[in-house]
Amino acid sequence: MPEIRTSQSAIQSGPNPGAGPVTSPGARQTPEGQAAAEGSAIRGFLLSRGNSAIADRGFHWLMVLSALSIFGIVVLIASELVVRSQLAWSSFGLKFFFSKFVDPDTHLPMYWDPVNSHFSALPFVYGTLMSSFLALLIAVPLAIGLAVFLTEMCPRWLRTPLAFITELLAAIPSVIYGLWAVFILVPLLREHVNPLLIKTLGWTGLFADDNPTGLGFVAAGVILAIMILPIISSLTREVMNAVPGSQREAVLALGATRWEMIRMGVLRNARIGIVGAVILGLGRALGETMAVTMVIGNTPQISRSLLANGASMASVIANEYAEASGDMHLSALTEIGLALFIVTIIVNALARLLVWAVTRGAPAQVR
Amino acid sequence: MRAKLRTANRWRARMRTGTDGLATGLAILSTVLVVAPLVAIFAYLIYKGAASLNWAFFTQGEKPEGELGGGMANAILGSGITLAVASLIGVPIGIGGGIFLAEFGRGTKLANAIRFTADVLNGVPSIVMGIAIYSLIVYQQKHFSAFAGGVALGIMMIPTVTRTTEEMLLMVPHSVREAALALGVPNWRSVLSITVKTASPGIITGCMLAFARVAGETAPLLFTALGNSNWSANLNEPIAALPLQIYKYAISPYDDQHRLAWAGALVLILLIVAAVSLVRFVASRGVLKGAS
Repeated sequence: MPEIRTSQSAIQSGPNPGAGPVTSPGARQTPEGQAAAEGSAIRGFLLSRGNSAIADRGFHWLMVLSALSIFGIVVLIASELVVRSQLAWSSFGLKFFFSKFVDPDTHLPMYWDPVNSHFSALPFVYGTLMSSFLALLIAVPLAIGLAVFLTEMCPRWLRTPLAFITELLAAIPSVIYGLWAVFILVPLLREHVNPLLIKTLGWTGLFADDNPTGLGFVAAGVILAIMILPIISSLTREVMNAVPGSQREAVLALGATRWEMIRMGVLRNARIGIVGAVILGLGRALGETMAVTMVIGNTPQISRSLLANGASMASVIANEYAEASGDMHLSALTEIGLALFIVTIIVNALARLLVWAVTRGAPAQVR
Repeated sequence: MRAKLRTANRWRARMRTGTDGLATGLAILSTVLVVAPLVAIFAYLIYKGAASLNWAFFTQGEKPEGELGGGMANAILGSGITLAVASLIGVPIGIGGGIFLAEFGRGTKLANAIRFTADVLNGVPSIVMGIAIYSLIVYQQKHFSAFAGGVALGIMMIPTVTRTTEEMLLMVPHSVREAALALGVPNWRSVLSITVKTASPGIITGCMLAFARVAGETAPLLFTALGNSNWSANLNEPIAALPLQIYKYAISPYDDQHRLAWAGALVLILLIVAAVSLVRFVASRGVLKGAS
């Protein structure tokens, strides 16, 4: 109550732009700026008067600090990663990511050898890229098809349930995808899909017969595809909805069929945003840990066959970090984590910029 | 000549209609292929997990390997404690950030930069957050702890809560704010008691969404909270968590532990489905019932 009375008395005494502790930024005394000056001067005057000036300023700075914590988190993560990976960086340098050692006993290439402190991240980089590429190959056509169906072809009563189902797909934790993959997907691949692939496409050299477990890049690619589908599809839908209806109507008025309208009126205009959505899905696939760890086979090797076991950057960190033997091992793992961090930041920033360019600043979906 | 044109046009029209039908068919096929894994996952979760959801599951802790029975009660307790620490860190800072973006910094370059960074931070792999917290807390303290796990999950909540709070606050009409300021309510009071309170259903659902998201996160807990086979409520010791336990049981060689993993996964997914459905329900009924 006292606060209201004080402010009311301040209003009754009249605002005076010239006198009083006016703290409005950019207050001008020129006739043109007088109205604006009076507006901000009034606000500044009112905000600086009364019992609440200190409380207001304190609250303002508290909120600023909370918001700056986001920057603080990024700085924190970056600094901790850099500090902890210093040892490996100074020992191996950039060759950490593409050097190759040879096992003295078997004369086979050996990349990751904590016992002898030989560390090369090449198989993990290869594994991450290969599984993500496979995931994109499977997921992008399906996601765009789903988005097209949901925005253009879906009957109205089906739209909400389908959108809800897609949202549920995005909300399922990674470890449950991994659980399902280990017990349902991998046996399915092992019994039915992989033999078929070997029989029909084995001549390409990409599907060798030497891994009967069903784990490997194909399993990782399939489960990653299921995981990144909802992201790509929901962002594509958002981008497609941002295309103005006039474009659609114009193409239809020229006599196009529905698919031609979608292709020429919507997809062509939303191209950039769809690319952004795909890149965002790629970013998610690059960093996905638990489901990939459970199905990729965890063997640090590089092989031409897609059915072979492998390892990804996130999977080796998940497997070995808690029990890393020695500072060099830990540092090498942290350097892999740093590389993952930088790559996903760049990929996500690029994707968000592309999507923003099409939707022009509408609040992005937090997925 | 005209006949040739007519047949050519007819052929072309048929091609275009055919392509349209093909495209429709492909779109429907891709929808089915997307919905099928989800239905399969849910079906298997219910089929394999529902039978194991008995009283023992929710009250007993982990049994030694090879012994049958037992439950995940210690994991559920551990998850609850870790998530409580995470919410204590994530929710206030996140809401504060959202208030800044919507009230004080609207339109400024700083706010745009923060919003962009929050979106990018949402895409950073959770295991990288785990490494950072390991380096920050676990390495200094020389032991794993539930506190470190809670902090890792908490800083994962901050960007999500910030963005959803901002979106909800942006929906509060200016008339509400102006009415409060016109009555002489100080700015901080107006923001807290009037604007935030008006948007509070939406803000709470945003926090629930972030909560549900970090409830399923395993990777940051792998080397901060580490997991614990015994009952523990101590913040300074390793602690079990539901997703960690599911991971451990899923890759173990024992069938009984596999059964428990399915049951745990069912509990986790029910929690998340409840949160997502509640969010949708509140959003559809209208966030701002009180504002005009």
